[in-house]
Amino acid sequence: MSEALLFTGARIEGGASADILVADGVIAGVGSGLDRRGARIVDADGLLVLPGLVDLHTHLREPGYEDSETVLTGSRAAAVGGYTAVFAMPNTSPVADTAGVVEQELALGEAAGLVTVQPIGAVTVGQKGERLAELGAMAASRARVRVFSDDGSCVWDPLIMRRALEYVKAFDGVIAQHAQDPRLTAGAQMNEGTVSSELGLAGWPAVAEESIIARDVLLAEHVGSRLHVCHLSTAGSVDLIRWAKKRGVQVTAEVTPHHLLLTEDLVRGYDARFKVNPPLRRNEDVQAVREGLADGTIDIVATDHAPHPAEAKACEWQAAANGMVGLESALRVVHAAMVDTGLLEWTDVARVMSRTPAAIGQLPGHGRPIAAGEPAELTFYDPAAGGEFGVADLRGRSVNSPYLGRRLPGDVRFTVHAGRLTVADGALTEEARA
Amino acid sequence: MRHLLDTKTLAREDALRILDVAEDMADTQQREVKKLPTLRGKTVVNLFFEDSTRTRISFEAAAKRLSADVINFSAKGSSVSKGESLQDTAQTLQAMAADAVVIRHSASGAPRTLATSGWISAGVVNAGDGTHEHPTQALLDAFTIRKRRYGADSRGRDLTGMRVTIVGDILHSRVARSNVWLLHTLGAEVALVAPPTLVPQDVSAWPVRVGYDLDEAVGEGPDALMMLRIQLERMNASYFPNEREYSRRWGLDPERFAALPQSTMVMHPGPMNRGLEICAEAADSPRSTVLDQVTNGVSVRMAALYLLLAGERPAPGADDDAQKEDAR
Repeated sequence: MSEALLFTGARIEGGASADILVADGVIAGVGSGLDRRGARIVDADGLLVLPGLVDLHTHLREPGYEDSETVLTGSRAAAVGGYTAVFAMPNTSPVADTAGVVEQELALGEAAGLVTVQPIGAVTVGQKGERLAELGAMAASRARVRVFSDDGSCVWDPLIMRRALEYVKAFDGVIAQHAQDPRLTAGAQMNEGTVSSELGLAGWPAVAEESIIARDVLLAEHVGSRLHVCHLSTAGSVDLIRWAKKRGVQVTAEVTPHHLLLTEDLVRGYDARFKVNPPLRRNEDVQAVREGLADGTIDIVATDHAPHPAEAKACEWQAAANGMVGLESALRVVHAAMVDTGLLEWTDVARVMSRTPAAIGQLPGHGRPIAAGEPAELTFYDPAAGGEFGVADLRGRSVNSPYLGRRLPGDVRFTVHAGRLTVADGALTEEARA
Repeated sequence: MRHLLDTKTLAREDALRILDVAEDMADTQQREVKKLPTLRGKTVVNLFFEDSTRTRISFEAAAKRLSADVINFSAKGSSVSKGESLQDTAQTLQAMAADAVVIRHSASGAPRTLATSGWISAGVVNAGDGTHEHPTQALLDAFTIRKRRYGADSRGRDLTGMRVTIVGDILHSRVARSNVWLLHTLGAEVALVAPPTLVPQDVSAWPVRVGYDLDEAVGEGPDALMMLRIQLERMNASYFPNEREYSRRWGLDPERFAALPQSTMVMHPGPMNRGLEICAEAADSPRSTVLDQVTNGVSVRMAALYLLLAGERPAPGADDDAQKEDAR
């Protein structure tokens, strides 16, 4: 049995201060004057405590791409970022399109033991967009998959998308769509607009995202299914989701931290750390996704943590891989983009980074209230800290972060998963490093 | 000058300096013995990841006439096949102590990546990168326009008041991009004429007028009409229906050529598709600058290499202009 922990003086979601007693994997008490006999006292004075963060969009790369990340190294990156659960995207090798692969992913997560690793299943066989994968078998497997996605590729064929949306109703699943019209983005390198025109890089137009979202919300409405839109990145996409929600369509949407903070102007130096899909957009788009997240049009923040080895980024832009690591920096970036700007309160951050992603993914035991009897999944964050983000802040296998050298506010001080510390005083615990 | 990567960030004074040094170089090329000792002992590497015999031999002639040692490194396809990365190639050249690298690459931005990566301390000259820029082509075009207009009185002059119209596939043209920035910097008025499909999606930030009608552009009687090469494979991607329709609407055919004022110079970066974007009468007429452009290309590239290499080289890893620029 793990030791009991008593966190003293933490502000719950940024509100009132209280002590929190953790024992036997659950929150044993919240308040003052708790029985502290036998408990390790952890000074959390001035820290705010959030329900453990939940990432609905992580690439853990294992099996198949262990040079980029493994389930263990990705779990470490998640823990230092304050996460207690991550949803693993299926674009591994082999693709997670069968019960066997999702159960393997689940087992790797359990063996690592630092966060809950919840597999996402592929929508189509091999993510090729041609035939439905065995969605029911994945749902019924030990991994009890509820979220299905071909992320990295769009389920482009409208008939396959319709069938997938309908089929997963049988087990209350949701299709998470990577919205990208492949014909409009052949060879695309960056957002299409004034900067791509100047740099001579093939454009990834906003309409290639928006046209798929428009189609999918209409399909979801027509068949009465749930749709989740991954990494929405344009002002037009925000408008479409707002319109769809007003009509009562069962749609949820996510935005990445980088789309909340960074703009396409960073591409001008052709530094491939800033190459990502969907690409960094205009400042107008950044403002629109911030507003969308603030008014609830966008439901959650998800990292799209996408590790790549150094050689995949140390090359000419066109040859470089798409993607950025994001788990370690996400909360600090949301702090900078949404809290410091007055757009969100900390309780909203708890909603968009923990409660709602857990609800969309139907993940039990996460995103719960910070109250006695609830599972002990907690993140303690020092909002007054801050500093230059560096390689030392990264704990996954890859260092392709767009924030290196940039000042970010805040610091994750403690992370508690299943009642045990995975991060203490801002560093992985010995157990987590082993 | 540390590198020559683009014309977008090339200041007017630097551009004029290159053009004026090119005038000096051109003068030396009138002599019986064309070779100068200026860059003796320096090594210039022509690093071509993409075939371009014309550009390569122009740079080769320029370097040799300045007495530099020239190494031609054809690395075609290596970035695509991932057989050898840009980094490995660059570090190989560094180990061989190259003083300047002239790079042609199919990927936009590759010269900048090479110049700012820290892999190499050599000066980098962009000899054409993807659909981004081709700065020495624009410099030789500006040199040619100035020479035609002002002759022996060219030195020190810019192109104020000159009207230049660029016609063709702007979207995929590094020549067009470099010319837009440089000609504007030098005071010229630039107009673009193209099928709407072959204009970049948003050129609102470009200092140009955009039109779709070549007859109208011809009627305006520009000082220079620059025809770009059209790649026939573009019609397979529905940029235009077929070559006949392209030629009818956007080709410099005999009628349009006849309608141009006698004073309009007809330019083409080569190689030309005769009968497609330019008729033989125009290409071979005294108003054509096509062969002047080739000749001037050597002088301009001599000037660029001279300005890059004649000064002291900073130590590897030392701060340089490109890095400072990125930090801004």
